[in-house]
Amino acid sequence: MEQNKFNYVKVELPSKFGKMGLALLLIGVVAAILAFVLEPARASFSSLLLFVYLMGLGMCSLFLVALEYLTDAVWSVAFRRISEFMTPLILIAPIFAIPVLFNMHDVFHWTHEEAVQSDKILQWKSPYLNFTFFLIRFLAVIGIMALFFYLIIRHSGKQDANPDQKYTRVNIKLAAILMPFFGISITLISIDWLMSLEPHWFSTIFGIYYFAGSLLSAFAVLTLFSVKLKEWKILPDFLGRDHFYNLGALMFAFVNFWAYIAFSQLLLIWYANVPEETYWFIAKFNGSWQYFSIGLILVQFIIPYAALVSQPSKSDFKRLKIMSVWIIFAHLYDLYWLVMTTFVTSGVVFGWIEIGFIVLGIGVVMMMFKFVYSKRNLIPVGDPKLNRCIDFHI
Amino acid sequence: MESKKIYSVVGLFDTADEIIHASEKVVEHGYKKFDIHTPFPVHGLNQAMKLKPSPMGYFALVFGLTGTAIALLTMAFMMTFDYPLNIGGKPLFPLPAFISVTFEVTVLLASIGTVLALLFVFFKMPHNSHPLHDSNYMKKCTTEMFGVCLEAEDEKFNEADARSFLENLAAKEIETIYIEKEEVPAIFSKPFIGFLVFTIVLVSGATYFVTNKLMFMQPFNWMMDQHRVDVQSISTFFPDSFSMREKVEGTVPRGFMPEDYKESPDSAGMYLQNPLEYNEKNIALGKRKFLTYCSPCHGNLAKGDSRLLDNFPKPPTLHSKKLREWSDGRIYHVITFGQGVMPTYAKQVTREERWAIIQYIRTLQKALNPAEEDFNGAK
Repeated sequence: MEQNKFNYVKVELPSKFGKMGLALLLIGVVAAILAFVLEPARASFSSLLLFVYLMGLGMCSLFLVALEYLTDAVWSVAFRRISEFMTPLILIAPIFAIPVLFNMHDVFHWTHEEAVQSDKILQWKSPYLNFTFFLIRFLAVIGIMALFFYLIIRHSGKQDANPDQKYTRVNIKLAAILMPFFGISITLISIDWLMSLEPHWFSTIFGIYYFAGSLLSAFAVLTLFSVKLKEWKILPDFLGRDHFYNLGALMFAFVNFWAYIAFSQLLLIWYANVPEETYWFIAKFNGSWQYFSIGLILVQFIIPYAALVSQPSKSDFKRLKIMSVWIIFAHLYDLYWLVMTTFVTSGVVFGWIEIGFIVLGIGVVMMMFKFVYSKRNLIPVGDPKLNRCIDFHI
Repeated sequence: MESKKIYSVVGLFDTADEIIHASEKVVEHGYKKFDIHTPFPVHGLNQAMKLKPSPMGYFALVFGLTGTAIALLTMAFMMTFDYPLNIGGKPLFPLPAFISVTFEVTVLLASIGTVLALLFVFFKMPHNSHPLHDSNYMKKCTTEMFGVCLEAEDEKFNEADARSFLENLAAKEIETIYIEKEEVPAIFSKPFIGFLVFTIVLVSGATYFVTNKLMFMQPFNWMMDQHRVDVQSISTFFPDSFSMREKVEGTVPRGFMPEDYKESPDSAGMYLQNPLEYNEKNIALGKRKFLTYCSPCHGNLAKGDSRLLDNFPKPPTLHSKKLREWSDGRIYHVITFGQGVMPTYAKQVTREERWAIIQYIRTLQKALNPAEEDFNGAK
């Protein structure tokens, strides 16, 4: 078997990374506990927001790994581990859903028995929207995703010690099997945890809307870590502008994809003008929410679009770093817009509780990355495609 | 020929590595206007040549934004200012509805504009020849070798220097390319212009012929021109030249048998008999016609309670004692000649249908005011 010409030497992450992650994690945990003691309802919404963000990020990172196997992509082999390091979020994110499960009444209107009894629509929906089935779906999604996470990532890891092509072959099959399960799972997460916040409302494009945003954030996180690791000289030198150009281009593509989906949803609902659909958007134009809603177009579409549209900007490290941070927060903005309009209908509310949970999320991702990084190789040294990745040019 | 202008000095190399090395040297030496020709794409050549990013993006941007502006302004002018239309209660400037079209026009103009810019700005249409065409150098470059072309337009260019420079790089073959002659673009040549004029005359002439002449030619006219007199045309047969004739006195055209008893409804009631047999088929026909022509005023059950009530002289019920005692012929007279406000229905309802309607009216009357004997056998 041909040996890879790349000789991997493990470099430690800068110590400030771990310290900062730990600090953010601790601040976040303290803030979250304090928030649950003081304002349980508001904290539940924030916790839900964090769960939905991290779950989407974890699942879409797994999707990216599977996509690379499935499409036989070459350029991304050296980046794949960064996505793989994000996939444990599939197991970590549900922790933030647990407080919500104990606080269902504050968050989900459909859990109120008396409201359902006096409401014809909710009665019709109750075979789906009831707590038991909700919990079953939640556990099923986590179970299936965790299974694929375990199998795909384990095979990828085993290949480092034993560079055998059979692991790649098995993972390609697993990736193909994953795809339909992934599509259904991410749709269920979006319907259960985001759409059912307004149980009367429905939108058939909503699953894809959440998927588009989550995949965008997965790309942004991947790009941010890649650029930072490149800055710290941890990523090997062969990863040059041509490799990073693909990250930038895909990020740009998914900015457009998100905008396309978001606009399709708006256009159809606006054009059909059916009251049971439009009220969701009308609620999002209440009070100061209207500026927030219009800002969403600017934040998640126009600014990243303009910043990434030209060819050189897609491989400019500084631009990529700024825009990946921007997009990570733009997706947060998007989810905040989806979740918080249910909590406060009158206008935007943003305070230490929300910031605390965001800090907690960043801390979790950083500490998780540090932990997984210490256990595993950053470059899949046994991957048969690595040589072609090293030689990759546009 | 002393006046031959130099286009460039070219050198050929054997391998891709050599050409990358050569292009690095060319850049180092300070040449700005030069080109590399290879038989297949060579990775890393862009970097070695220090090529700037292609300016095509700016053409795409400008044309795309032009498309955006054209689409939005056109739609806004038409839908908002020139002919404002309220469509489904949407605002007069419905931006979300415009976005799709704007996007399409943007993409269309950007792509068309990019192709046109490519052709006219970079490929210098309508010029279609190049000094390198048909040269030995280009033949080699498209098959087996890698070439460097140092163009004479460059400030640093000097034929002797360029040749010695390429020799130092160990180029296999070195050649000087001359500009043969000032090219006259093919579209300005006389045959092409003649061809254009010919095409213009032919196409417009053919269009005129087809739309104005051919369309009105009759391939055959056996059905158009027949041996009969057309309505309102002059007759050459009759002395008074009228093609429309009056009836011959004392005759009746087929299907136009005049109605009797026009002025005497009582005689009609006395002498006219219902010619139709009372059966389900006739009653069903009567029902259909009654619901079409009678029910709008008399009501579905002939009670005089139609939806026209209070908006129209009150139509009478057909269940009154008078009506029930009227003979079929008397009712027939009313339908045929009208009564009071009710106009004649002779035009809309045929004789047979009129009798059928009367059968249906009788059925309704029996249903609402049954006589004792109607219950016979139903006890």
